[in-house]
Amino acid sequence: MNDLLPERCYRDPRLAWGAYAALAVLLVALPFLVDAGMGRSWVRILDFALLYVMLALGLNIVVGFAGLLDLGYVAFYAVGAYFYAILASPQLGIHLPFWALLPLGAGVACLFGVLLGAPTLRLRGDYLAIVTLGFGEIIRIFLNNLNAPVNLTNGPQGINMIDPVRIADASLRRPTEWLGVTLPGTHTHYYLFLLLTLAVIFMALRLQGSRIGRAWAAIREDEVAAEAMGINTRNLKLLAFAMGATFGGLGGGLFAAFQGFVSPESFTLMESIMILCMVVLGGMGHIPGVILGAILVTVLPELLRYIGPLQEGLLGRVLVDPADLRMLLFGLALVVVMLFRPQGLWPSPVRARELHPDNPDLIRQEQEALYDAER
Amino acid sequence: MSLLEVQGLEVHYGGIRALKGIDLAVAQGEVVCLIGANGAGKTTTMRALAGLLPAAAGTIRYAGSEVTGLPVHRRARLGISLVPEGRGVFPRLTVAENLQMGAYFRTDMAGIAADLARVYGLFPRLEERRAQTGGTLSGGEQQMLAIARALMSRPRLLLLDEPSMGLAPLAVQTIFETIRLIADQGMTLLLVEQNARLALEVSGRGYVLEGGLIVHQDAAAALLASPKVRAAYLGA
Repeated sequence: MNDLLPERCYRDPRLAWGAYAALAVLLVALPFLVDAGMGRSWVRILDFALLYVMLALGLNIVVGFAGLLDLGYVAFYAVGAYFYAILASPQLGIHLPFWALLPLGAGVACLFGVLLGAPTLRLRGDYLAIVTLGFGEIIRIFLNNLNAPVNLTNGPQGINMIDPVRIADASLRRPTEWLGVTLPGTHTHYYLFLLLTLAVIFMALRLQGSRIGRAWAAIREDEVAAEAMGINTRNLKLLAFAMGATFGGLGGGLFAAFQGFVSPESFTLMESIMILCMVVLGGMGHIPGVILGAILVTVLPELLRYIGPLQEGLLGRVLVDPADLRMLLFGLALVVVMLFRPQGLWPSPVRARELHPDNPDLIRQEQEALYDAER
Repeated sequence: MSLLEVQGLEVHYGGIRALKGIDLAVAQGEVVCLIGANGAGKTTTMRALAGLLPAAAGTIRYAGSEVTGLPVHRRARLGISLVPEGRGVFPRLTVAENLQMGAYFRTDMAGIAADLARVYGLFPRLEERRAQTGGTLSGGEQQMLAIARALMSRPRLLLLDEPSMGLAPLAVQTIFETIRLIADQGMTLLLVEQNARLALEVSGRGYVLEGGLIVHQDAAAALLASPKVRAAYLGA
């Protein structure tokens, strides 16, 4: 994270604190600003952006830190979402509290992570990608078909009327009065997600800088050499899957409680690919980059909803359906980014240097980071 | 008693017997080399000793206990350190981070710092390039880094697999000078080398491997003088 703020902030800690304080104020005020400027639906998009930041950071552990290509990440998101949906809805008539189910759901997703990780330990690269892809589809198909003989998931119709998040018995979906300000459901969810996102960012940062993080980096770079360094690659790869899955399960539980409805349609391969795109577009393994990638990939497609009215205004009719444009533009953006910034939009300084080894600024940054690390 | 004792070691790739039962021993402080033609089983032996390949038969004893079934990382922690063929530096980690990884399982901070100073003394070039990523180093520098990284684990037995592979003659010379230096400091070394003359010149003893069997073993000087070895491996 040494590159989050402009260079001079690191020389003057007061500037750094000022920058962080300004960021904090902005993050707190954001839903109100967005609500006033762009409408309530955009606050909802903001909520989803935060949700995807959590998911992308989870996948980043597997793909970015440990270098294991996982194309079935959405399975863990699905497990977390359905775990909450089944145990807190009229589906089985069970209504367990959100705050108990959220960590439990993350734990169950973690178990699924180990379940996927264990048989795939010997696989690498494309082979691993295929198996994880299959795993993602298996979970989705299970959800689609587990309505008989016992109706657990309600099949393709999905589960409806899922219990909301409750804080002190008040549903977070209803407007909440707080310090004389009435907060709509989208706003309260925003603050909840923001807190959890910050917690996830903190954990991801701590993991990356830890011994575990260094071992993951070594495995990503050269697995045989990593083993020769005394690293138990089997356990550490399992741990990467488990940690990634935990974040996925957490996101899933939040999604179910926020949305109030889950169905297998939300957990397709496309969703896995979108989350992977956030990681790759932003800058694999670089936490600020991944956050940026998640926000961009969530928010930018929403701008397309203005394309329809725009066409009507200019041409008098809708010439191209915005929904068709979505995938086209997304694909185009991917191709352009991979051609011109293959290391991602905001890569870590070390990775950026590979493509621009003469950039003296980055060389200095890296040296500073190194001396810090050695101290 | 020897630090490393191998008896009847066999390694199979599918149905192919790459090693057909070899015996070898390396005593504490000794420098031993394995020479042989391509496909003789040199690298297979090294990989089996490090634990990267399972032994189909035979035993590997190290420091008095059997390590035959132990996984790679456990053997590394016991002090068997492999510098793999093709070097295996971490290309996107910096030189300093590579070296830090070498000491991954150690917790004695003071010892690690002392060893870091020691390897920088041994390889001043690496200290100059400490902030550079491993992938941007030249072949010779990468080989230095691989050896230095292995030393950071404070091994008792260093396995060097083809340290001269793909290097310019000048770089090969530098690497072998360093190997001699490390050996003089008392490190136990097992060396596999295509360049038999260089290997025998730094070693005390040598084994000649042919078709998965050891066909000859002797003091290095005797092997260098042997007409048969000279004809087959030294090109003279």
